Amino acid sequence: MNTCQEPVIHLMHAYLDGDISREEEQVLQKHLLECELCREMMDELKMSALFLKDTAPIQAPEGFVSGVMARLPKEKSQAGFQRLLRRHPLVAAAALFLLLMSATLFSSYSNNQQFSFTKQPNLIVDGETVVVPAGEVVKGDIVVKNGNLRIEGEVNGNVTVIRGSKYMASTAVVTGKSEEIDQAFDWLWYKIKSTVKDIFPSSDGEKQGE
Amino acid sequence: MDELVNKRINQVIKGDQDAFEEIVTMFQHRLYHVCYRMLGNPQEAEDIAQEAFVRAYVNIHTYDQKRKFSTWLFRIATNLCIDRIRKKKPDYYLDATVPGTDGLNMYSQIAAAGDLPEEEVERMEAQERVQYEIGRLPEKYRTVIILRYMEELPLQDISDILELPLGTVKTRVHRGREALRKQMGTM
Repeated sequence: MNTCQEPVIHLMHAYLDGDISREEEQVLQKHLLECELCREMMDELKMSALFLKDTAPIQAPEGFVSGVMARLPKEKSQAGFQRLLRRHPLVAAAALFLLLMSATLFSSYSNNQQFSFTKQPNLIVDGETVVVPAGEVVKGDIVVKNGNLRIEGEVNGNVTVIRGSKYMASTAVVTGKSEEIDQAFDWLWYKIKSTVKDIFPSSDGEKQGE
Repeated sequence: MDELVNKRINQVIKGDQDAFEEIVTMFQHRLYHVCYRMLGNPQEAEDIAQEAFVRAYVNIHTYDQKRKFSTWLFRIATNLCIDRIRKKKPDYYLDATVPGTDGLNMYSQIAAAGDLPEEEVERMEAQERVQYEIGRLPEKYRTVIILRYMEELPLQDISDILELPLGTVKTRVHRGREALRKQMGTM
């Protein structure tokens, strides 16, 4: 057992902690030279410190991170959107644009309940039915909204009926495309198509000019 | 590194869990290592280290960003480890009540209760032996010794983690080192 005084032992620990002044260190070194027991104790203390430092670092097991994530309380849904916005700003912008666009288009679809049709000479209107009389030739497109269309004569153009029915007599001739639109999505598609046509009139306009 | 950590923490505060995943990835090994050394058992270490991260996530708004994040995280983990150790067995290390230096004799006597036969200790692999010797240390010395020698943290950081005065930390390091020296006299 070491019989030396506590202050010396304290100096040893201070030395091991790197917490010692130069004077104190000299006192300690001088004592260690003189006292074999203290020298032994110092070596043992150094050894146990070395023994601890010599440990292999231990890694967390695989799946540790996912384990933590599974244990977390659920996140607020708002954060998911913010993350989308941050990571894919273009996608988010496009999604927002489409959302707003379709909202306006949908509202115009449901707001516009009135019967209307493209004014063309020689069309006859019977209640909510537009009639292309037999033997007559209508030059140009016909669009009928919230009403029916009965074709007995000839139409040199496209025919579109929105929320209504189209009746074709056996004598009817339509040279262009003929469409009936009932659903909101058809309506949306039609709107987009006509918008594109407005923007690029050349692509379809040429065909119509034929 | 601290800047990145604080950036991620701000994202977590806003509710972004993915940012927390990065934090866990950054600190998982260090935190697991400390828990493993404290508890000496891989399953318990994983459980407690994961629990520490969960608590950090839940209480992230209480973290003061002017301080080191690792210190805060280690504090949570060491507290959980200490709780677990105390629940597992009654605290028969009576060193706390022994004033002054006589404490050494007290706990070195009592620690002998859980000792293995000497031949068995000598057959151990070096790594196993380290864990065995650390496990024999009373919990309060074990904590400082692990943080000091295995994590190689400065004494001031240990004082911050354990919320103890620097002087107390020094004393515990000294006593822990002394206890280890005595334990390993047989080496």
